[in-house]
Amino acid sequence: MKLEKCLRSAETRPDASGKNTPGDHDRAVIEDDPPDALRSSCYGRAHGQMEKCIITFEVNGERSEVSFLPHRTLLEVIREDLGLTGTKHGCEVGECGACTILVDGVPILSCLALAVEAEGKSLTTIEGLASGPRLDPLQSCFAEFGATQCGYCTPGILLVAKSLLARTARPTRAEISDALSGNLCRCTGYLQIVEAVEAAIERMNRPLERP
Amino acid sequence: MSRPLNIIGKPRPRVDGRARVTGQTRFAGDISLPRTLHCRLLRSHLPHAKIRRIDVSRARSSNGVHCVLTGADMPIAYGIIPISEDEHALCIDRVRYIGDPVAAVVAVDEETASAALDLIDVDYEPLRTIATLEDALAPVEQPIHDYVGKTNIQRMMSWEFGDANAAIDRSQHVFDDVFFYGGNTHLALEQHASLATLDPEGRLVIYSSTQTPHYLHRGLARVLGLPASRIRVIAPPNGGGFGGKSEPFNHEFIVCKAALLTGRPVRICLSREEVFYCHRGRHPVSMRLRTGVDEQGNITGMHLQTLLDGGAYGSYGAVSTIYTGALQTLTYKIPAYRWDGCRVFTNKAPCGPKRGHGTPQSRFAQEVQLDKIACRLGIDPAELRLRQLVDPDTLTANFLEIGTTGLRDCIDRVIVGSGWHGRRKQLPFGRGLGLATSGYLSGAATATYPNDLPFTGVQLKLDRSGGVTAFCGATEIGQGSDDVLASVVAEVLGIEPDAVKLVTGDTDLTPVDLGSYSSRVSLMMGHAALQAAERAREYLASSLTRRLGIPVTRLVFAGGRVFDSEDPDRGFSFEEAVTFAEADHGTLGTVGSYTPPDPKAKYTGVGPSPAFSFTACVVEVDVDPETGWLTVLKVWIAHDLGRALNPTLARGQIEGSVYMGLGEVLMEETAYRRLPPRRSPALVQKAPSMLDYKSPTFLDMPEIVTYLVEHPDKNGPFGAKEVGQGPLLPVMPAVANAVYAAVGVRIDEIPITPEKILKALETKRRNGVDRYGPATFPVVPWAAARRIPTPAEGGDGNAAVRLRRRPSPTSEGR
Repeated sequence: MKLEKCLRSAETRPDASGKNTPGDHDRAVIEDDPPDALRSSCYGRAHGQMEKCIITFEVNGERSEVSFLPHRTLLEVIREDLGLTGTKHGCEVGECGACTILVDGVPILSCLALAVEAEGKSLTTIEGLASGPRLDPLQSCFAEFGATQCGYCTPGILLVAKSLLARTARPTRAEISDALSGNLCRCTGYLQIVEAVEAAIERMNRPLERP
Repeated sequence: MSRPLNIIGKPRPRVDGRARVTGQTRFAGDISLPRTLHCRLLRSHLPHAKIRRIDVSRARSSNGVHCVLTGADMPIAYGIIPISEDEHALCIDRVRYIGDPVAAVVAVDEETASAALDLIDVDYEPLRTIATLEDALAPVEQPIHDYVGKTNIQRMMSWEFGDANAAIDRSQHVFDDVFFYGGNTHLALEQHASLATLDPEGRLVIYSSTQTPHYLHRGLARVLGLPASRIRVIAPPNGGGFGGKSEPFNHEFIVCKAALLTGRPVRICLSREEVFYCHRGRHPVSMRLRTGVDEQGNITGMHLQTLLDGGAYGSYGAVSTIYTGALQTLTYKIPAYRWDGCRVFTNKAPCGPKRGHGTPQSRFAQEVQLDKIACRLGIDPAELRLRQLVDPDTLTANFLEIGTTGLRDCIDRVIVGSGWHGRRKQLPFGRGLGLATSGYLSGAATATYPNDLPFTGVQLKLDRSGGVTAFCGATEIGQGSDDVLASVVAEVLGIEPDAVKLVTGDTDLTPVDLGSYSSRVSLMMGHAALQAAERAREYLASSLTRRLGIPVTRLVFAGGRVFDSEDPDRGFSFEEAVTFAEADHGTLGTVGSYTPPDPKAKYTGVGPSPAFSFTACVVEVDVDPETGWLTVLKVWIAHDLGRALNPTLARGQIEGSVYMGLGEVLMEETAYRRLPPRRSPALVQKAPSMLDYKSPTFLDMPEIVTYLVEHPDKNGPFGAKEVGQGPLLPVMPAVANAVYAAVGVRIDEIPITPEKILKALETKRRNGVDRYGPATFPVVPWAAARRIPTPAEGGDGNAAVRLRRRPSPTSEGR
């Protein structure tokens, strides 16, 4: 089943052009009452009436086709259907930032996004941050400078930092804190995280050294 | 141990850092198994009620439901402290707080399980809600628990070391203050998750977010009636603990029982709201502190009373209660000390251990009162503290054995760093500097259950590959216990920490360690690792001295080699060294274990520790007198941790403590909402979500200047003492003292909100009362105190009652 059809099955309305813009999906999620099929998720009804949708997106540079029930969140599909458990959840209602991934380079809270919204998009999860065996400078600096303790918030924070550095080559300390302020960390007290981001910026901007 | 150190003390990336930054650390909730069933819990929506009847028949026959459990399925009670085994996996005949679990559904998926919860009918008979300390102290028909009699007072204790009140009454100045410290919660980012399954031989296995796999192991054996040898508890790294995962939880028993009944893996992950209900966080505590001082401000006697709102169950509460009084004597000389402590039950989420366990509350009272003393007597608060610091290698009035104390250095560092002497009195109205200090234990000298066994054990396996694997039951909760284990072994064997492979937190594979709580792991596991590694080193050394023809004293283990100190080119690679040793001695393996020395304090198991850490903190604040808005501008903190095993991680523990302390003092509170009792018995948490429960973000953090002060202790491995909890303690009182310095009002209550500051400024304007806080301490029917003669009185660490039975010439025997 394609995106339009599965959206319809979740009783959302594609706009006049028939194209589904992200805004539409947001409205569908926020304004509409949940349809009966979603509200009553008892086995039998849920599994009997709702048809799975099959969508294609790119995950960490690889095309991926996934089938899932249309009410599943992107977080659930990433963790449970794709097995990419590096993406975490701390609240599942958009409060903690642990589930942050990049969609077309932009950080989003995957717990608040329906997976169907990701049709045709390019997703980056923590598993896709390193280039092969080589860690991203952000990753190595986080490991080196104490920016990760329990590590549970780390994937989300790394991805937000990654997108910040893609937008701004040399953000100020205030800009770093501002960008990361949607991500909670209970271990570090944040300072070593900011320092690690700064160290990564230095490392990225350092001219290549010959050994 | 006078060998030069190559790894210990050097800043290093943590050994598990790569796994964390690549998302490969597998937390309990990340583990999945084929055929897994999912569990959801039906939790009480009433704070206090009898369960008349539970009908699960409709849920049980619902499609996709495999199993429904109620209290009758697990009737054996459990609890982390032997004197308060008052919990059941599922409530049997009574619910005691909103969120108390009454039934569990296990189904093909979470949605099916959740939907089936609606099909369970519970017939409740509401009981009177016990909401406040006053409610809990009043006479009661139906107490929350029956095992403590017809009362909601769970525990009441009084200890007296010397005649404190006589000493106070004789003093030139007596200060008598009342404080309140609000409750707050751990808020670890990882929600509790558990997955139980049967292994191919039918033995039970549980993966769980727990800081204490050993205590869970014991609890499961008891409640499920299985031999512990047929249960395997695996504690994957925790996504933060802070004390919130340090005892067995309802859901852990439930998924195990369900796995046994269904023969399939059963998983649960608590919602964030459920985590708030499970709680076990900071106790709200009312305090009265009466202190006598002489003209110079030296303490002559101190009498502390603490009243803890324990919530609905015992949890660690009996221990938390003692901790509110046990560590007051660590920092300043207190010749006579009395403590009265009381914990009551209320119909709220159970309170338990949170970072600092019971000590931040009374430390807040003590440090704020000391500031009041300094102000009244016109003495600089730093000077007042410095002139009466506890000396190293001494015994306090309550028999705590102080080894090293670097508190003087700590105070000096933060005083100099903050420009205390120059700036303190120069700051404009609205700006202020505040100082506080504290001490904390490096692991309790007793286990939560009485036994003569080691507190921790480490096994090492070495073989001809050159590989070393360390096995230990300690649990990595983010604090860096894996890093400590690897670095200690690596230091002794002269290899890199990342060359040591680790197997931790698995009751089948690893020797028992009591768990990651009480700031015990670095010291205790560190000792066991040191012993195991030294023994392995001896094997290698004996093989190499023979081959190199040199005495063992000339052997150096460093840089992945073993060589002659007088001719460094002469030697072998570590791999060759192990191969020789394996040839000479057979298969190589060593063990190490640690049991703390018997404490001098015989009257209690709570308080004594092999070593104590010390902290001093200065905070600079800005207070807007128009709005009461409080901004912490900068924090200087110095912590005596004995020896920094890995300074990068040590700094992280200190800054993380400061952060958590700032959350407690500025915004965090586990508050409850209540309707008039005649309208509703409801007693609900105001903020059971991460949005409503405010905690500091990146934007709320001030600059922190951290000083690692090293006074190595003979009882610590490489001299190391704790660093994970102690640095939290002085933050709250330092902020309170800074607020006073800034705008001249005392906020004797935590958290310090703008509203409270404004109210205090208002009452100061109106009637000169410069304080916000509780007016009185509740009336508690204290029992007679147990008298423990102090060391100065010739006491031997026992209570006087016992001395009377066995008269000793040195005791007064009162």
